Amino acid sequence: MIETLRWFAVAFGLVLALGGPVAPARAAEPLTWDQALQQARGETVYWNAWAGDERINAYIAWVGERVKALYGITVEQVKLTDTAEAVSRVLAEKAAGKTEDGSVDLVWINGENFATMKENGLLYGPFVRELPNFALVDTRDKPTTLVDFTVPTEGLEAPWGMAKINFIYDSARVHDTPGSIPAFADWAEAHPGRFTYPAPPDFIGSTFLKQVLIELTADADQLQKPVASDSQFARVTAPLWAYLDRLHPSLWRGGRVFPASGPAELQLLDDGELDVAISFYPSEAQSLIDNGRLPKTARVFVLDDGTIGNTHFVAIPFNARAKAAAMVVADFLMSPEAQARKQDPQYWGDDTVLAMDRLTPQQRALFTAIKSGPASLPPDRLGPVLLEPHPTWMTRIEAEWARRYGG
Amino acid sequence: MGATLRRLSEPARPAAGAPALRLPGTGDWTRPVPALTLTLFLLPIGAGLLGTLLPAFGWLPALGGRALGLGPWRALFAEPGLGRAVLVSLVSGVGGSVAALAVVVLFCAGCHRSRLFRRLRVVLAPLLAVPHAAVAIGLAFLIAPSGLLARLVSPWATGWTLPPDVAMVNDPWGLALGLGLAVKELPFLLLMTFGALGQVQAAQRLRTARALGYGPATAWLKTVLPAVWPLVRLPFYAVLAYSLSVVDMAIILGPSTPPSLAVLVVRWFYDPDLSLRFVAAAGALLQLALVAGAIGLAALAERLAARLGRRWLAGGGRGGGGRAADLAGRTAALGALGLGLASLLGIALWSVAWRWRYPEALPSVWSAQTWLRHLDALLPTTAVTFGLGLAATLVALALVVGCLEREQRGGRRPGRGALWLLYLPLLVPQVAFLFGVQVLAVRLGLDGGWLALVWSHLLFVLPYVFLALAEPYRALDPRFGRAARCLGAGPDRMLWRIRLPMLLRPLAFAAAVGFAVSVGQYLPTLFAGGGRVATLTTEAVALSAGGDRRVLAVYAFLQTLLPLLAFLAALALPAWRHRRRRGLRLPS
Amino acid sequence: MSGLAPADPGPDRALVLEGIGLRLGGRSLVEGLDLTVPPGEVVTLMGPSGVGKSSLLDFVCGTLDPAFEASGRVRLAGRELTGLPPERRAVGILFQDDLLFPHLSVAENLAFGIPPSVRGRRRRRARVAEALAEAGLAGFESRDPATLSGGQRARVALFRTLLAEPRALLLDEPFGKLDVALRDRVRRFVFDHARARALPTLLVTHDPADARAAGGPRVELSTPGMQQFG
Repeated sequence: MIETLRWFAVAFGLVLALGGPVAPARAAEPLTWDQALQQARGETVYWNAWAGDERINAYIAWVGERVKALYGITVEQVKLTDTAEAVSRVLAEKAAGKTEDGSVDLVWINGENFATMKENGLLYGPFVRELPNFALVDTRDKPTTLVDFTVPTEGLEAPWGMAKINFIYDSARVHDTPGSIPAFADWAEAHPGRFTYPAPPDFIGSTFLKQVLIELTADADQLQKPVASDSQFARVTAPLWAYLDRLHPSLWRGGRVFPASGPAELQLLDDGELDVAISFYPSEAQSLIDNGRLPKTARVFVLDDGTIGNTHFVAIPFNARAKAAAMVVADFLMSPEAQARKQDPQYWGDDTVLAMDRLTPQQRALFTAIKSGPASLPPDRLGPVLLEPHPTWMTRIEAEWARRYGG
Repeated sequence: MGATLRRLSEPARPAAGAPALRLPGTGDWTRPVPALTLTLFLLPIGAGLLGTLLPAFGWLPALGGRALGLGPWRALFAEPGLGRAVLVSLVSGVGGSVAALAVVVLFCAGCHRSRLFRRLRVVLAPLLAVPHAAVAIGLAFLIAPSGLLARLVSPWATGWTLPPDVAMVNDPWGLALGLGLAVKELPFLLLMTFGALGQVQAAQRLRTARALGYGPATAWLKTVLPAVWPLVRLPFYAVLAYSLSVVDMAIILGPSTPPSLAVLVVRWFYDPDLSLRFVAAAGALLQLALVAGAIGLAALAERLAARLGRRWLAGGGRGGGGRAADLAGRTAALGALGLGLASLLGIALWSVAWRWRYPEALPSVWSAQTWLRHLDALLPTTAVTFGLGLAATLVALALVVGCLEREQRGGRRPGRGALWLLYLPLLVPQVAFLFGVQVLAVRLGLDGGWLALVWSHLLFVLPYVFLALAEPYRALDPRFGRAARCLGAGPDRMLWRIRLPMLLRPLAFAAAVGFAVSVGQYLPTLFAGGGRVATLTTEAVALSAGGDRRVLAVYAFLQTLLPLLAFLAALALPAWRHRRRRGLRLPS
Repeated sequence: MSGLAPADPGPDRALVLEGIGLRLGGRSLVEGLDLTVPPGEVVTLMGPSGVGKSSLLDFVCGTLDPAFEASGRVRLAGRELTGLPPERRAVGILFQDDLLFPHLSVAENLAFGIPPSVRGRRRRRARVAEALAEAGLAGFESRDPATLSGGQRARVALFRTLLAEPRALLLDEPFGKLDVALRDRVRRFVFDHARARALPTLLVTHDPADARAAGGPRVELSTPGMQQFG
């Protein structure tokens, strides 16, 4: 009963707490690499990561095994259906005044979620420059390792993979593939019900919308700055909505239903409900064939004028409990060992963030040994990389899409 | 429980005459249990609702909300797709629960004389054990245009070399979700109805009506239904409330643009745009209003039906031989239960498939790879699911036994009000108070801990354990207890040596029910576990967003297996323990 | 337990009821009942059903439903029982049903009654064997009570009660369910053992034959109030 009484007291405390002031986030001095290495041993890193793809979960589990062996760090993947859940959690903790011992130690992040966390002071750092493997990252030819959706990373998130839009189809059934966004609409009209994209705000669905926008709008350069005004947004995005209005009737389910995620769309491809699906990882098709999740005849194509590419990162929340260990894990993710495995279609199949010319010959050999398979396009045939627009565009596009097609 | 609370505040019973009759056993440990149980229940729900109510009117200082106002509500009603989301909730939630109820009534009215009717009782409990998410996952496998049913008849019968482009799951109106809810809730409603039938002397009523010349179905509807309904009303309301606010099934079977209101609210809670928190809170209250409104409407409909029914009853129509009703009831009940079982079969097949493309009726390449590869992840997740279920169930059992024992010792039963309180966690939508609970848990440093997890599961486990145990507990011949006391046993020795062992069978059954409820919990695990605690259910729902269907099937299969094993154990343990005790064997 | 050796029938070992009143929901069932049951004697309580006979026995052994309002005092062997919990009253009771615990074996049922002051497994087991022998059921230890005949069950029930070493015995229509041939034998068996232990015994029954066999005074209960004769 005493326990019970205490709980009553706590309940009233909560009411007061909701009204009371909240301690500001403390900007602690970031750890140096040596300090991090020292403190990391024995810590447990709760890594919040989107978990919609079992191959990726398996890769994360492997990372856990390796950092356990190398540094005595335990990694627990907190499986998310949407990265925003982690952002929300950190925020809830800030709301509750929990400025240390937070529940999220590391979060797989980029784009709007990063922008939100950065803007709200929810991130720890800058810590990336402290990580020794960051020196191996190709920041010159892969500028997206420093600028995330046009937002400078400022050392608050460490890159660990490159993504690029490509399209998977079954070559046994499909013989003509479109080479541009306008051609896609023609193709869809010729093959009604055989293509779709995941419903935004799924990141692949949103990225497809941005791809359409970049290719169709006359003011592509304006996308690199925040949305300036409603009228500017309306003007710049008008071709996108006109295109979607034309495309939707020939989509799967007449454009009234959309798959929930990228992997869900790929499942539909294997089920024979679709002929073409969108992928974000250049070697994903090969990887899925190897895993028995796509027919051996699956192949990949890209668009002639290029497709959107971006980098994904890991960041550490301001109130993380195991900051030191989180830093060590982030460093391991940029190691040649981890990066080579990530590029291997057998395990994941996205491109490395490292610069080959900064590696030792043995390290390079890890990458040249990767068997890419017939469904992977070599880097020189992946086409140009289009840059992500500023996150404000994505947020606005998602909202407008929901308004137009979501009700 | 409520009665006990009231009693605590009443003046002592007047002692008529000299030495007052004292209840034996002062210092009785059961005395505080009802109050403790109520507190454990009401505190998080109350605090949680408050934590939702304040932000819904703009009060959440951490996010800069310091002025009360209607801003969140205006924002809520400006959200695109809100109207549609509410409609989806209503279509699937009301449609699903009313369909389940209709099947129950049809089946009971039409088939109460059949052997099927008696046999179904035996299979119902295990069906009840199948978690919501697993039913949804299996059903999606089954009825999708490229699903198992289409594969069985394609292309030879249908000519579909490619799956037809028809929205059978995730349809914009939530019909698939409604179907899933009906399939899942049917066993629960049937079980509650069967329980109620025993309490109203249905057989006697039927004999009387049949002797007056009424057809079997008409006799049931006219003489049994009006008596049974008051006992089934609350369970039906719980089904209605649950169906309107379900999240995990809606993610799997429901539409996504927009989803049902409950899913939308959870999405807002998790949106990186923090201002949506206010909208989410307002949406959660709207969800609460939706449930309250639906229950209110159901109560109104009941009155109307009662008025019309009275006229029909007095009209004297005898009805026919009931052949049609029998056939319809059989078809509907077996159809729904068959869908449920076929869903489970699909799950089992997918978990051992390596390649299984449309239109193959069976996997083309079989493999145990999926199981073997995920063993490392499956074992700890299963262990957590099991441990959590066990802990919540044991705590619930202890509290429920304490409350029921208090009732026996105090000699008074709680009234109707207490039953409503008991149903409270089942009637209030989870999204409406779990966010507030999460803030509370974070505040106390309990989030992600076992205490918060077990507690949050307890809220939903306890009512079911109580429902399962109360009748048998109260029905146990009190003279056994008296005999034991007169043989010199104190109240606790009597409880442990006589009452509980004699109630082993219902205790084991109640434990299995509680365990199954815990295994199936999605939102409470998500919120109280801080997302850091993975159970088979949270994993399955996360994987259902796309993932590898074979892995999803493995999780869904295990998620089903665990409660089924619990039910098997609940059957086997008393049977083994009492193998040489004929007096305790099940009447066959 | 002291076998069948006659015990001292001193009047100070009587069961005494003084001014007993029972009310349920404002209705008076028993008013001002005074009754003394001397040791070794069987007093029979008779009356129409619903008059409160069984409730009176419940009151004496301390298991009266709290819904009743009760007044008056019960003394046994000079000891005040009112207010004591049932397990400390040393009042044994037999019901119409034998109420053998179905989850326990015959031996466990009997052992349940043996006071904890009898220590040691072997001694407790010996008590059980002794009682079974006395009941003509030697070797029945591991039997499931559900497999016994009605007469056997009645005897086990009696000995379970006697093994608890009661100082008074209450009989709540304990022969009502036995068939006629058996009833007489069981009745005699119970009365003989009660008398041999000099237990004050209070019998509630509908059956005048029970009362005749009891041989003691008869009390007729009627509502409200009562007369005593016989």
